[in-house]
Amino acid sequence: MENIADKYLKGLIEGGRRSDGRKLDEFREIEVKVGVMKNAEGSALVKIGDTKVIAGIKMEIVEPFKDTPEEGVLKVNAEFSPLASPEFEIGPPSEDAIELARVVDRGIRESRAIELERLCLEPKLRVWGVFIDIDILNHCGNLLDASALASIAALLNTKIPKLENGEIVRGKFEKALQVAFKPITITVCKVGNNFLLDPSYEEEEIVETKLSFGIRDDDKICAIQKYGSKELEFSDIEAALDLAVVKSKELRKLLG
Amino acid sequence: MRKIEVELGVVTRANGSALVKFGDTVALAAVYGPAELHPAHLREYQTGILRCRYSLAPFSVEERKVPGFDRRSVELSKVIRVAIEPAIFLEEFPKAVVDVFVEILQADGSTRVTAINATNLALISAGIPMRDFVVACSVGKIDNCLVVDLNGIEDNFSQADINFAFMPNRNKITLFQGDGQLTKNEIKELISLAKKSCEKIYEVEKGVLSGKYSRQIS
Repeated sequence: MENIADKYLKGLIEGGRRSDGRKLDEFREIEVKVGVMKNAEGSALVKIGDTKVIAGIKMEIVEPFKDTPEEGVLKVNAEFSPLASPEFEIGPPSEDAIELARVVDRGIRESRAIELERLCLEPKLRVWGVFIDIDILNHCGNLLDASALASIAALLNTKIPKLENGEIVRGKFEKALQVAFKPITITVCKVGNNFLLDPSYEEEEIVETKLSFGIRDDDKICAIQKYGSKELEFSDIEAALDLAVVKSKELRKLLG
Repeated sequence: MRKIEVELGVVTRANGSALVKFGDTVALAAVYGPAELHPAHLREYQTGILRCRYSLAPFSVEERKVPGFDRRSVELSKVIRVAIEPAIFLEEFPKAVVDVFVEILQADGSTRVTAINATNLALISAGIPMRDFVVACSVGKIDNCLVVDLNGIEDNFSQADINFAFMPNRNKITLFQGDGQLTKNEIKELISLAKKSCEKIYEVEKGVLSGKYSRQIS
């Protein structure tokens, strides 16, 4: 038997309405605060409604990957800590946390927001590593869009530490990290034949399929991921893409 | 497209299995179940569940891959699962599990889509009730040309790639994953290219299946 609350939400969406009065393509109120953590080289706290995500950037000197000896290293990691939701469990990162981190990673990497070749110190030996760590603080739906927004906001706020005799001096900075683009990730959810943006926790329960797009300032699509165990129509992709591109411009404005 | 080779029933202990080669990419899939799911708290009372595990053999790539489940394998296992799930009548076997194990024995690009094709064939061989085939291929952009079925080198130098899976008879998309820089029009072109290629792959796979099983019947 179908859950009564789910049925109610589905009925509302079919009529183009939502339980909190939003339009189907309307986000909850978004707040972006940067520079919130003093020990991180860059940080941002993003709230979308009650969803809260913090992204912190640490810069370290690391060995480059063998196949890219003259490029810096970018790593994205996400923690779904049990403090943020009763369904998150202690232990190694879950499948969903890993997927989220990898989709955020692709949005930033493939957009070439960070030009990794500029982060080389000594080819083959020492390069800058940019570590983006995403911490979910309160899970009320739409974690991916919030995490991606927090990540790019934090990068835009990142300063490269000063080096003395090849060592990092913490708390002193050389210059701001160059960020060439501001990729925005928008997840389009399909409920019945309707598209929905920024689902709340309750709405997420009834979403069958989702498509996420990482979108650059010039509208180029840098990352696509389909979620959910239901299929999509061919026509869905273009419709979802159009919706995401329009909305990405709105969210990008929040980055200043 | 590269040459496609399919061999069924190579893992005789499994309920169904398939070895699929796309050129030099070799994927082996084995299906076990439906079987009772343990531990019991994981059981779903309305439906059966599908579990997939994708792994790269340490010797499948140029630099030895450290054995075990890394972050990429976790994500790809999930992506393969959600690509296949829409096709299976999971509601036919509540409380049960179907396990799919895919091993990439040799990697030369497009491993996840090769894995999906192998999984689909292994599930059919295992007699799992399915709504349709799931056929998959990769497409991408290299030097501003749109290409299909990327090999390893093409994958490394591509400007963008999309992994695509669809159900040919129901005409629905089950996997759509991409990275790189693409315009909306390029995405549209790549989708139709991917669809055409998948239809060709479908004919090959259907031929192999009917070849194998029609002989058994007669």
